[in-house]
Amino acid sequence: MPDPSQGARVELAGWGWRHSGRREWALRGVDLTIEPGERVLLLGASGAGKSTLLHAMAGLTGPERAIDGEQEGSLLVDGEPAAARRGGTGLVAQDPETQLVMARAGDDVAFGPENLGVAREEIWRRVDTALREVGFPYGPQRSTAALSGGEKQRLVVAGALAMRPRLLLLDEPTANLDPEGAWVVRGLVARLAETRGATLVLVEHRVAEVTDLVDRVVVVEPGGGVVADGPPHEVFTRHGADLAARGVWVPGHEPRVALPAAPAGETLLEAVACVLRTPPEPGLGGAGPRTVLESVNETVRSAGATALTGPNGAGKSTLLAALAGLAAPHSGEVRPRGPLAAEDTRPLHRWPARRLARRIGTVFQHAEDQFVTTTVRDELRFAPLRAGMRRAEADVWVTELMERLRLAPLADEHPFTLSGGEKRRLSVATALSSGPAHAPDVLVLDEPTFGQDTRTWRELVELLADLRAQGRAIVMATHDELLLRTLADVELRVGGGRVHRAAPHAREEAR
Amino acid sequence: MSTVAPRDDIVAEREPSVGGARTWLRRVNPAAKLLAALIMAFGLLVVVDPVTGGVALAAGLALVPFSGVGRRTLLLVGVPFLVMGLSSGVVNLLFGEEGALGALGAAIRVMAIALPGVLAGVTTDPTDLADALVQRLRVPERPALGALAALRLVPLLAGQWRTLTLARRARGLDAGGNPVTAAAIFAGKVFALLVRSIRTGTLLATAMEARAFGTGPRTQARNSPWGNGDTAVVAGAVLVVAAAHGTSLAVGTWTPLFG
Repeated sequence: MPDPSQGARVELAGWGWRHSGRREWALRGVDLTIEPGERVLLLGASGAGKSTLLHAMAGLTGPERAIDGEQEGSLLVDGEPAAARRGGTGLVAQDPETQLVMARAGDDVAFGPENLGVAREEIWRRVDTALREVGFPYGPQRSTAALSGGEKQRLVVAGALAMRPRLLLLDEPTANLDPEGAWVVRGLVARLAETRGATLVLVEHRVAEVTDLVDRVVVVEPGGGVVADGPPHEVFTRHGADLAARGVWVPGHEPRVALPAAPAGETLLEAVACVLRTPPEPGLGGAGPRTVLESVNETVRSAGATALTGPNGAGKSTLLAALAGLAAPHSGEVRPRGPLAAEDTRPLHRWPARRLARRIGTVFQHAEDQFVTTTVRDELRFAPLRAGMRRAEADVWVTELMERLRLAPLADEHPFTLSGGEKRRLSVATALSSGPAHAPDVLVLDEPTFGQDTRTWRELVELLADLRAQGRAIVMATHDELLLRTLADVELRVGGGRVHRAAPHAREEAR
Repeated sequence: MSTVAPRDDIVAEREPSVGGARTWLRRVNPAAKLLAALIMAFGLLVVVDPVTGGVALAAGLALVPFSGVGRRTLLLVGVPFLVMGLSSGVVNLLFGEEGALGALGAAIRVMAIALPGVLAGVTTDPTDLADALVQRLRVPERPALGALAALRLVPLLAGQWRTLTLARRARGLDAGGNPVTAAAIFAGKVFALLVRSIRTGTLLATAMEARAFGTGPRTQARNSPWGNGDTAVVAGAVLVVAAAHGTSLAVGTWTPLFG
């Protein structure tokens, strides 16, 4: 048995993986050796198979395993197939919601050691140590449902640590967290990297924030193997521009965009004395509805971009749904103004869906939620046809829209089979498709840049700026600092039950 | 190590009112409650008269004050429970051949069979139930823990369903009172939810495997203790069933289901 205080060695030789049912290899010909105790950042464009590689190192791929497919070459952890060393490897993935297994914090941390057959007293000793190590602020009886995203993710890390892993794999551990939660978890990862002897392999989208934590950067290519490997500074100096061109977020190579100026706007929406509540949770133990925002009085103007910011759970999505006319506020109302009032003077939540969709387009955080047909083309044809447009005319319109958002080659694909970036572009396109002249008056977006590579990011920002220059109003909930700095004209900070208005540049000075 | 919290302290922290008679039923081993509920249900299935059911129902209702069930839960569970009993009585009154007494018997029987199960359900924590099933009733661990983990996804799915509803409106889809359109929209949402829940379930299964689930023999972090009180609960259920049958035989109302 290798020394548990030391890291594991990972060796890949000619390794490749193809998901079952796919024609293309996710990765192929990977030759890579990671020495015990090394801290490696794994990089690649989106779709480059980084998560797949982590899952394989964790021993989760293969027949009878969670992820099915075909493997070639070899992947050894401490000289054994990864699946045989499963108990010695800890994995932390993006979304804490789908990683917590038990209802109580301590029980969840205990789950790994239980599976490893650790004796009961030793399990609780490990739980106690792991909870302290991640700075978990509550006792082991705390309900996991009552935790914030950042707290949940800290618990996930504790669950991995309690297994005493010699190989720790982190797959974008901060991606689903708000800035504060991300900051805490990043600090935790930094501490682990420094104090633990375990080998660390990290996948992270926002490279700048983790370069200090790693001593090696490995770049992989979709369908290929390792294309760059070395100390961070060296890799970024030599390959930075090339990586950025492929969509990787590289420090010093963030996308720069020149945006057209917007004309003066007029008020399109007005929230009047809106009180917003969360829906009740299901089940006997579920919490009842909770008021998240009190007396919101805000306006949305045309030719402007309004950003909603604030911690998760503060009510951004609830406010967004009310401004988009999708859900009725608990009290108060969102009223149409200007050209929108000319269409219908009733509060937005009373508008019939078809009229609402023509005037206000919404892009959901999970693009799949808004797909209602079986091909990309039908998805875009759907709204114009319902609005009474003739088929030939609609087809011309749809073709234009597909060209603009690089969807033309995918016209006959099922929306659910697209990649993350493609789904995002399609969901934006569907919101645009319903409005006259290729856009509704107001475009509402929930975390539009979440998880996108630099190429999709740039396309989105340019598209939104164009719409703004045409006099459309953009309303978006976002944690993306760069998006905020680049595009937002008005920032509405949501928190503590209130909304307050800030000019985005003022926040820069306040820092 | 002095910093380690002994497991007994943790249990005490979870249930501050340990020892109180009002929450007695919560502390009974879930396996005992499950067995007792099954004994009551099967014992009452075979008879249809109001007296047998009535004695058992009275015994069940006598336990409610010791269940620690709050007012909100009592209301949430009690109303559908009464509706179920009443509707079964009304149906039998209108369409049955046994008249008013038969209808009363049907209503009481349904409630008497359901009550022990309902009580066991609302006084049992899912984690404790899984522990008891695995440790006391020798249920295989994989399905027990899998079901327990899946339970955590229910609120997640409820949230996703809400989002899908909003998204249909955002796309300009509403039924406008047309039942055919409403059915089509509903079917679309069910499909989308299915896709999402398969994905979510796969992620959870992956996370469980990453934590060495299924690598070999497991140990249990929590004990599911079985005491004399738990044996007494099971024995009590047998006694109640016997007493119920005895009473109805004595007063001469005893009527078997197939008689």
